[in-house]
Amino acid sequence: MTATKAPSEPRSQQAVRRPGDRIFAGSAKASGVFILLVLAGVAAFLVSEAVPALTAPAEDVPGGEGLGAYVAPLVLGTLLGAVLALLVATPLAVGIALYVTYYAPRRVAATMGYVIDLLAAIPSVVYGFWGLAVLAPALVPFHVWAADTLGFLSFFAGPASTSGRTMFTVGLVLAVMILPIISAISREVFSQAPALHREAALALGATRWEMIRMAVLPYGKSGVIGGAMLGLGRALGETMAVAIVLSGGAGATLNLISSSNPSTIASNIALRFPEATGLGINTLIASGLVLFVITLAVNMLARWIVNRRADFSGAN
Amino acid sequence: MAKRIEVSDLDIYYGDFKAVEGVNVAIEPRSITALIGPSGCGKSTFLRSLNRMHEVIPGARVEGKVVMDGQDLYGADVDPVNVRRQIGMVFQRPNPFPTMSIYENVLAGNRLNSKRMKKAEADDVVERSLRGANLWNEVKDRLDRPGSGLSGGQQQRLCIARAIAVEPDVLLMDEPCSALDPISTLAIEDLMTELKDRFTIVIVTHNMQQAARVSESTGFFNLNGVGQPGRLIEFNPTEKIFSNPDEKATEDYISGRFG
Amino acid sequence: MSTDTRPAAPAPVQPRGPVRVERRLPRLAPLGLYLAGVALGAGLSALTGSSLSSTVVYGVVLGTLAVFLASRLVEGRRKATDRLVTCLVTTAFGVAMVPLVSLVWTVLDNGLARFDATFFSNSMFRVVGEGGGAYHAILGTLVITALATVISVPIGLMTAIYLVEYATGRLKRAITFFVDVMTGIPSIVAGLFAFALFTLLFGNDVRLGVMGAVALSVLMIPVVVRSCEEVLKLVPNELREASFALGVPKWRTIVKVVLPTAIAGLGTGVTLAVARVVGETAPLLVTVGLITGTNLDPFDGRMATLPVFAYYQLTQPGTDTQAFLDRAWTAALVLIILVMALNVVARLISRFLAPKTGH
Repeated sequence: MTATKAPSEPRSQQAVRRPGDRIFAGSAKASGVFILLVLAGVAAFLVSEAVPALTAPAEDVPGGEGLGAYVAPLVLGTLLGAVLALLVATPLAVGIALYVTYYAPRRVAATMGYVIDLLAAIPSVVYGFWGLAVLAPALVPFHVWAADTLGFLSFFAGPASTSGRTMFTVGLVLAVMILPIISAISREVFSQAPALHREAALALGATRWEMIRMAVLPYGKSGVIGGAMLGLGRALGETMAVAIVLSGGAGATLNLISSSNPSTIASNIALRFPEATGLGINTLIASGLVLFVITLAVNMLARWIVNRRADFSGAN
Repeated sequence: MAKRIEVSDLDIYYGDFKAVEGVNVAIEPRSITALIGPSGCGKSTFLRSLNRMHEVIPGARVEGKVVMDGQDLYGADVDPVNVRRQIGMVFQRPNPFPTMSIYENVLAGNRLNSKRMKKAEADDVVERSLRGANLWNEVKDRLDRPGSGLSGGQQQRLCIARAIAVEPDVLLMDEPCSALDPISTLAIEDLMTELKDRFTIVIVTHNMQQAARVSESTGFFNLNGVGQPGRLIEFNPTEKIFSNPDEKATEDYISGRFG
Repeated sequence: MSTDTRPAAPAPVQPRGPVRVERRLPRLAPLGLYLAGVALGAGLSALTGSSLSSTVVYGVVLGTLAVFLASRLVEGRRKATDRLVTCLVTTAFGVAMVPLVSLVWTVLDNGLARFDATFFSNSMFRVVGEGGGAYHAILGTLVITALATVISVPIGLMTAIYLVEYATGRLKRAITFFVDVMTGIPSIVAGLFAFALFTLLFGNDVRLGVMGAVALSVLMIPVVVRSCEEVLKLVPNELREASFALGVPKWRTIVKVVLPTAIAGLGTGVTLAVARVVGETAPLLVTVGLITGTNLDPFDGRMATLPVFAYYQLTQPGTDTQAFLDRAWTAALVLIILVMALNVVARLISRFLAPKTGH
């Protein structure tokens, strides 16, 4: 920044800084760097506590078949629940976002957005309560119906669970939980769609839907994708709701509606950690490390997509 | 109080981009110096370099000398904060602090630096500065109201009062009237002619009539083309600039034969 | 972009006048048709053995269909599509309301049974059946959340200041990016981090309130940074320049001009960040544990917190199951009230602390 080509007077660029400024700027910078260190620390400490499980002989790891065999079904369960949640939540969230930005009466739109945001404020343990007490029993008839009519799909192979505490129910609970984050980001990008384009579309005689299809959706597409990825990240790491609702087993199966479901990494940790000892703890931390890596990758990809949009839209 | 500023061979850069090139000028004390020229010619940049305000923008730097009464403002041991205490500035858009009352706004220069003041002394500074800015009679009954509640012209005079309350030697004004209506503009111009007894005033303006009305000397900035650095084409007494300029470019600009 | 609109449009009713007038449904007709469809759906549902969910599903589908078909016949294809999307989008909003309403209703319904003085004044010390309360857990949550706030706000605010006022180039981009990434750390991973950190420092099986506060801070800091950053960016540059031009050093400008101007937004952001972590369960489960008595010293052993209390009351009921379930639901109710109260406080802050303009 300074003195790139100032051979005659290098001194003039050397700004004098007061002690107060130096201390303040220094501590601000230190805070920023500290955050980077924390993130690195999260990775480092998890690795250091996971190492014993990585190096232990296979038969000592819980399950007796080594870390890979222990974590694999959990990864499957984690992905299964999160992807199901994503598939349910994304179209709904886009609909909500469109409703709030372009369909709802102007006066109540802000309030409606706020009400949707309230969904995000409810603690996940409460979602667990609701899923267990309300949603799971309510979905039992659907489970039976799905096993009867959709049984040819491996997802609905049955036999149907009689409690409803299945991966399918978990997916719906997670969908409700990630709905606000996807709809919030979608709402933001939809409302930022250039007014010029929107008005141009309307001036050409487009109906409201045609205006949205022509001017809003193309503009907001990558924002929606990024928001969905963030929602996916949230769903992957969600713990308490899954731990309470799911009656998890060890089996690795794609079956969403039977009583034997693979558990998820996060809920498995929450359920077993309080009683775990010794190598059990290390194994759980190692599985947490796997979850950390997966969510980190998903989030980085999501942020990259969202930020790329910001770069191109010229909106800052 | 009022001081003389001598600028020699001043180049101003934003990163690698040279914005202003080779300015040599002497600004006389107790007078109004106007800087005119087309948009983007570097006159505001030059003005901001006089109190080192341009350094706020990352990557900005200068080469050359700006000397005020024998002291190089860009000397190695000169703190830009102290430069700005000597050389005050008024901006294009009025910018009173929204969290402060009128009273606190006038005292902002002292308060923000945590300078201790007795109540009587502070009252005195406020009244003197507001009178100096021709605002006292309009606001004396509502000193505890927010400064942002005033009209645009009043806000700008409040900003002038705030600038003179710290008793600088020089007052820089960056198009102080461009956001104001004609009546407020006249009020500010009257104020400037009163203030020049006490301060050295440098004003950047787009309004040539304004330059002709208020200033003793005028500098004309121009640039040869987009991406080229701005230059000080001509610096002369205002009368000469507007009647018989030395340079053809100045005459073209003055007579509206530009661009 | 439809190219076949003109032929498809029904004949104009009024041939004269500059603006072509097409046949349109009367203003309230779509709503009426929709309601008729819903009523038909309810009837159909009643025939096939009625239940609330089938009534709603049949009703919405038939209502949408009625509006679409009527519009298709009267107004043409383009307008019909527009009406269809309107129905779908409104339905999506309605669908999202169902869980919210159901959840709040369920928690109120189950939680009010034990919403009494005992719940707020007693702990679970030596309680095995009825009675008892969450006094210890509520206070524990407040202590740990306060501690997490004390850790997070200075770091988060200073980082936001750094990003907005000082940082340039690569470090700025790195911090911005990783703060964003950090907002996505699963809460259980934050808990494991705090556990691993303190295990390395103090040996195995350590459980402390402060561990929970550290874990919550990991979740809270990025939220604080992001919201403070957004707010600081909104402070007009002109105010900074005005202050610099008065000979005020940068750090005083930030402390005395920028922060006071942004105070409402900062308060709102911090309050919402607190609301975000106050209901976190998983990180506290693995770091703080649970006890039945009252421990308010975060540096001395296990503490009770409201979310963990609720979780264990539900999942590990003792001899008198109903008493445990009642306490669990009441704890959930208190938790929701706590979060909602923080949200309301955040809105009040932004309303009442905003700079006065005097207009």
